[in-house]
This record gives sequence, structure tokens and C-alpha cells, in this order.
Amino acid sequence: MVIKMVWNREILYINLSTGKISSRTVPKIIRTRYLGGRGVNMYMLFNHLTPKTDPLSPDNVLLVGAGLLAGIPCLGSGRCDIGAKSPLTGAVGDSNIGGFFAPELRFAGFDHIVITGKTSKPVYLLIKNRDIQIKDASHIWGQDTFETQKIIRQDEDDENIKSLVIGAAGENLVKFANVRTGMKNSAGRTGMGCVMGSKNLKAIAVRGTTTLEFTHPDELLEYCKQMNTMITSTRWAKAQSRWGTMIIYSNTNTTGLIRTKNFQLNQLEEGQDLEPENIDKYSIGTSGCYGCAVHCRHRYVLKEGPYAPLYGEGPEYTSLGAFGTMVNCNKMETILVANHLVNKYGVDTLETGGLIAWAMELYEKGIINDKATDGLKLEWGNEEAVYEMIRKITYREGFGNILADGFKAAITKIGSESKYYAIQIKGMSNLHSDERPTPSFALGIATSTRGADHLRSRPAIDMYGLPEELLEEVYGGHVASDYNSYDGKDRMVWWQELLYAVTDSIGVCKFQTVFCAVHAPQWKEFSNLINLTTGLNFSKNQLMEIGERIYTIERLFNSREGFSRKDDNLPERYFKEPTTLGLSAARNKKISMEKFNKMLDGYYKLHSWDSNGVPTRESLKKLDLDHEPSNLV
Amino acid sequence: MRRRLTLQKMLVIDPEKCTGCRLCETACSIHNEKTCEPERARIHITKWENEGIYIPIVCQQCDIPICETVCPMHAVKRDPETHAVIIDSELCVGCRLCVQFCPFGGVGVDDKTKRIIKCDLCNGEPVCVEFCQPEALQYINATTLNMRKRRAAAEKFSEHLKKMLRANY
Repeated sequence: MVIKMVWNREILYINLSTGKISSRTVPKIIRTRYLGGRGVNMYMLFNHLTPKTDPLSPDNVLLVGAGLLAGIPCLGSGRCDIGAKSPLTGAVGDSNIGGFFAPELRFAGFDHIVITGKTSKPVYLLIKNRDIQIKDASHIWGQDTFETQKIIRQDEDDENIKSLVIGAAGENLVKFANVRTGMKNSAGRTGMGCVMGSKNLKAIAVRGTTTLEFTHPDELLEYCKQMNTMITSTRWAKAQSRWGTMIIYSNTNTTGLIRTKNFQLNQLEEGQDLEPENIDKYSIGTSGCYGCAVHCRHRYVLKEGPYAPLYGEGPEYTSLGAFGTMVNCNKMETILVANHLVNKYGVDTLETGGLIAWAMELYEKGIINDKATDGLKLEWGNEEAVYEMIRKITYREGFGNILADGFKAAITKIGSESKYYAIQIKGMSNLHSDERPTPSFALGIATSTRGADHLRSRPAIDMYGLPEELLEEVYGGHVASDYNSYDGKDRMVWWQELLYAVTDSIGVCKFQTVFCAVHAPQWKEFSNLINLTTGLNFSKNQLMEIGERIYTIERLFNSREGFSRKDDNLPERYFKEPTTLGLSAARNKKISMEKFNKMLDGYYKLHSWDSNGVPTRESLKKLDLDHEPSNLV
Repeated sequence: MRRRLTLQKMLVIDPEKCTGCRLCETACSIHNEKTCEPERARIHITKWENEGIYIPIVCQQCDIPICETVCPMHAVKRDPETHAVIIDSELCVGCRLCVQFCPFGGVGVDDKTKRIIKCDLCNGEPVCVEFCQPEALQYINATTLNMRKRRAAAEKFSEHLKKMLRANY
């Protein structure tokens, strides 16, 4: 029996149109340049697609990738990266998902799956080690994301099968449908579930029992134990273990950093019921992803009310905004029900909430009326309207059908006056965070390669007012301690982008690196983990260079699709309307156009891109990107 | 024959605290097999995913081990130091009666080596416990466990007492 080391696991190629299945080992040159997960996916995305490919055509490629460290017992090493050209934005589509799928895929002997083509009838992919089948999915088409997984496990009589699935939203080609695994994990952003649906692919189920060897198992085990201690000893992880990501709400709502009523306010004043402590009366305990000592989500039960009985997991901080502050609902139960609905239907919580909040503001302003909304009263705080809109979007009914195509298409249909109220960048909704008081966060959402998004770069430690000596040590240059300041924030965003690109490529959880805790694992620890796991050696500088390469190839993809500096912008309201609530540091703040542009110039320089945000010839040469597409895998 | 219960440390499972992260399985397999194969771990988390129930299953190191009772080869021994129930692989003929009769699912067959495997408490330092952050797995003295259970029972009892007292006022 051939024992497969970590770095020579395989890439599985599936053409759904022809039924052809093949595989090949991940070449070492790809490992050393892109590591795994997101890095390898983004390389393949750039290489496999020709410019201007229709995201819903069979030519779009669906990429599934386990991180280089998938399977190690620390830092939540079960992260899986899903990529394709986004049907929502037309830019890079990429979304990262936790749970147990990636290690299982790796146990089956594969690190990546490349899916092209389209079948005429619904199918699902079943991978049991080297036994790969494209199976009929007519009996699970139409099932929700929870049931689909359960039926596959029952059909195969194996409770350890892990599946990536789509729900009704993916089947109906909602542009921001997600891909899901387990009860809670979602690859939420950029509409990867829509691409999966366009291929008639309901699920990818995997079961693996091959041997996975690490280079230095004993030392790795000891080091992983240290890593777990390192992360769980931070106050942030302790709080997260107890309350999940909802803990962020306590800080941001008090400070005044949460967009409320779409973007009219920056704090939900009657928001006490959304405080994380209030999950306790519904919670039966917490739940963790593979290899995670932090376990940041709750298992909750609703015993009473019209939606009971209901079991769900989460909710994330994101859902507190999506179905709480943004739509001005102030009850925890609303969040729990809506969170359950989006999970069941397989639609991105954030995009859905963002669109509904926008529609509510348009309704208030009279830009749309009862006729447009099919008689639905889209009034602030109307939770029943929120539930109904989630359903209508999923099934593309009436007004739901307009929102189901995302901001860009909906603005065209509703009319140009609606654009001003849309809190979106590159066609994707922003989180419910209000970045007007925090220029670093604002720059991050503007430059993110996948559209408005916090997970490409958010330097959350900017909020802590850390000593500037410490910030200089972390970021390798001057960064102002004050979160209202623009000074050095370009550097902060650039550095975090590189770190997160590598984090997504080795497949560990962002929350267990320098996200909210400055003393959490980063370059040095990643380097040690990679060495003990794979035997490959990378210095801090080499890892940063890999991060730069990954971010630059994403940028190249976007440039090829016509994106440039003009798209690295903020919604107009960030520059025009000052915040009105919160602590003094958050109150009466708006983004200065002049300072923002200066920050953007500095950011491009740090990446060695030109003033239009396009990578320069020299920078490409330095990163070995001057001969792309090189079509190595 | 009834034996006296040992007051050795024991591996205690609290399913209510388990988060289902599989750190125990992974660490166990790396420690014992030097490879990452949770399938071959001595501990497994059984899940009812759609209901959110996770239960770690591992050998209970019984004082009167059923595996020992049914073993025709007398291959089941006890570690004098840790009191872990150990299977002597020299004597084991692989009849799998132990797998069949253990009421806890604590004995398994390694699919790769086709041998019987079970938890040996890692010579008194169980790796799974070291990795279990929520303390769903603990390696504690039986008397400590006893004391904690007593305390928990007393707390419940005291609540009843308090209610009764309040009712009297």
C-alpha cells in the first residue's frame, strides 16, 4: 500500500458533461508557490477560465480545496476553500468553510476537486477513497441542506460520510446561494452554491480511510498542544468559546459600529435582547469544527413559538446584523428563526439580510411600494416580512426574484435612485459593520478581491488601541494606535491580506490567528506547523511572499475581468453621511475622500501595484507570475 | 468472583461538554499509530448531527472486564501501574468476541492491521484528555469523581430544601 504524504495528495478532475474522471498528484512547485486550499484554488481559477466566461455556463469551474494542514489537531484545521468565478460579482468567487469535510476529503486521498461541465439531470458526487461515482440525485433534489446530508448518510449506511450540499437556493440559482456542510457550516459568500446548482450538482459526499502521514508526528502532536494552549489562553478565544462570535456584538454595538436600519444609524439602541448572554436560555452547549479547541458556535433549541420545535446551530455575529440591526429587529428569537431558515435553504445570511435591509429603506423612502413587494409590508422590525422575504428570495417568487440576482441586477431593475442606498462593493453586500469610524476596516472592504467583505483583511486588533511599538513589531512599519486614524492603516490591511491568504491556504481558522488577538499564532507558528506536518521549509518572508502571490493572482483575475481602482471604492454614503450615535470615537464620523485615496495609494504601493491597482511587470516577475497562465495543474 | 473496585485514576466522559471537534480522535491516532487516521483511534465520537448530540465512546477499563471474561485465550491483562485493561497481541487470535460483547463499544478492530485495538490510557497520561479543551474527557481519581457527583447531587437536594424552607416562611 502506498502511503501518501501530506504534500503529494491528489487533485481530482471531474467533467460532469462527459463523465470523465481523472486525477494527478499536486506538483511540488504548486505546493511551494501556493500551499493548498485558497492559494491552489485561485491559481487554478486564473488558469482554467478564459476571460469573460459566463459564471453559470458549464465552462465555469467549481474548485474545492483542503488546506495544506488539513487534519492536524489544532487551530481548527478542517477549513475547506471553495472557488469559482462569482455569479454575484463577476469577480473572484471564493468562500471558506469549516466543519469536517476537508479532512475527510484528505483521508480519501485527495486535496482538491476540480469540477467542470454540467449534467442534464441532478446528480451528486460520491467519493469513497478511490471509488468515485457520479450518482443520481433525483431523490434529494428539493430537500433542504440538513435532510440532504442525512439521506446520503442513510443511503450509504455510513454515519461518517461528510457532504458539501446546496439547498433550494442553489437549485433555483439564487446568485448568493451558499454551499453547506453539517448543521451550521456555510461557504456563504460569492454564490458558490449557485455555481454548484448551475452544474446540477446537489452534493459532494466523501468518506476516506487512507493513511495520512505527517513528517514529524510526535513533535507535531506536542507542538499542536502548545498551539491550542496559545490560542485558548487569549481572552478573545475564552469569550468566543463561551458565547461564539456573537461576543463581538457586545463591543461593537456599545461603541456604535453596527449599521442599523440599513445604514441610517450606527447602533441599535434597543438592542439588549441581542446581547450574546441571551443565547443561554436556548443553548444546549457549544459545537466545534474539526480540530478546534475554541468551539465558537452554540447548539440551540427553540421550544416555544410558531417555529418550534427547532434545532439549529449558531448564530454568528453576522446573523445578529443580517436579521437584527440592519432590519431593525431587536429580538434574539427572530435571529434564531431567520438563521435557521437561511441555513435550511442554503442562502448567504449576510447577503440576504443586506438586501432585505436595503429593500426596507427603499420602501420607507417610497422608491418601492406595496405593488413592487407583492403587498408585503417591508417595514423596519417586521420579522414576519423578513422570514417571508427569505423564502421568496430562495424560491424566486415575485419581489424575491428581483433580489435573488443580487445588488447589481436589482439596482438596474428597481432604478438608479435605489443605488445610493445599496451598501455594496463590486456587487456584494457589506457586513453589518459600520466602517465610518475605522478607516482600516473601510479600506479593507473597498479593496477585498471578492467584493465588500471583512474576511479578506479585517485588522480587528486595530480596535484595541495597542501600543505603537507593538504594532510596529507586528506589522513591520509604523501604524497609528488610534482606530480613527488613517496613518499606517494601508500597511495594516496589506499585511492582514497576506496573512489571511496564507491562513486560508493552509486551511486553519482565521479566528485562531491575528484577527482579534495580537498574540495568536502567525507566520512563525505557521512555518513550524508546515515543517512538522510536511517537511517543507518556509521562512516568514517566504510565507509573506506566497500571501502576496495569492492575493496578486486574485487581483490579476479581477483585472482581466475589467476591475480596477474605480471598483476599490466605498458606497457614497460613507463619504457623505456622518455617524450619529455611539461613543465619542464613533460619533460624527465619516470617511474623508482625500485621506481614503491617499491610503489607497499607499496600499497599492505596498502590493507593488500601479496607481490604478494593476500589478506591475516587475512585481509579477518577482512573484513568478510573469508567465501566467502556466497551466501546471 | 467480585473484585474490589480499584481507586485508580479513571478516564471520565461528560458528553454534555463534548463539542464534537474530534481533537481526541486525531491526537489518539497520531500518538498510537504515528499517522492521522481518526478511524484507527481508540476513542470515537458518535454523533447525531441533526440533533446536536455528541458522545465520546472509549473503553471504561471495567473492574470485571467482559472482554476478559469472554476471551478464550486469556489475552486480556491488566496494567499493574495504570490498571488499564490491555490485550496481549501475542496471545490474541482475533476471534473478536471482545468486540462483540463489550457493552460500551470500547474494543475495536483496526481495519489496516486487522488486529484488536483498545485504549491503554497512554501509560497513565491519556493524550485525548490533554487535547480536550472543554474537559468532556477527564482523567481523575475515582474518589474525586465520587466527591464531585456527591456535590452535584447535594446541590440539587439543597435547591429542594431551599424551596421547602421558603414555603414555610
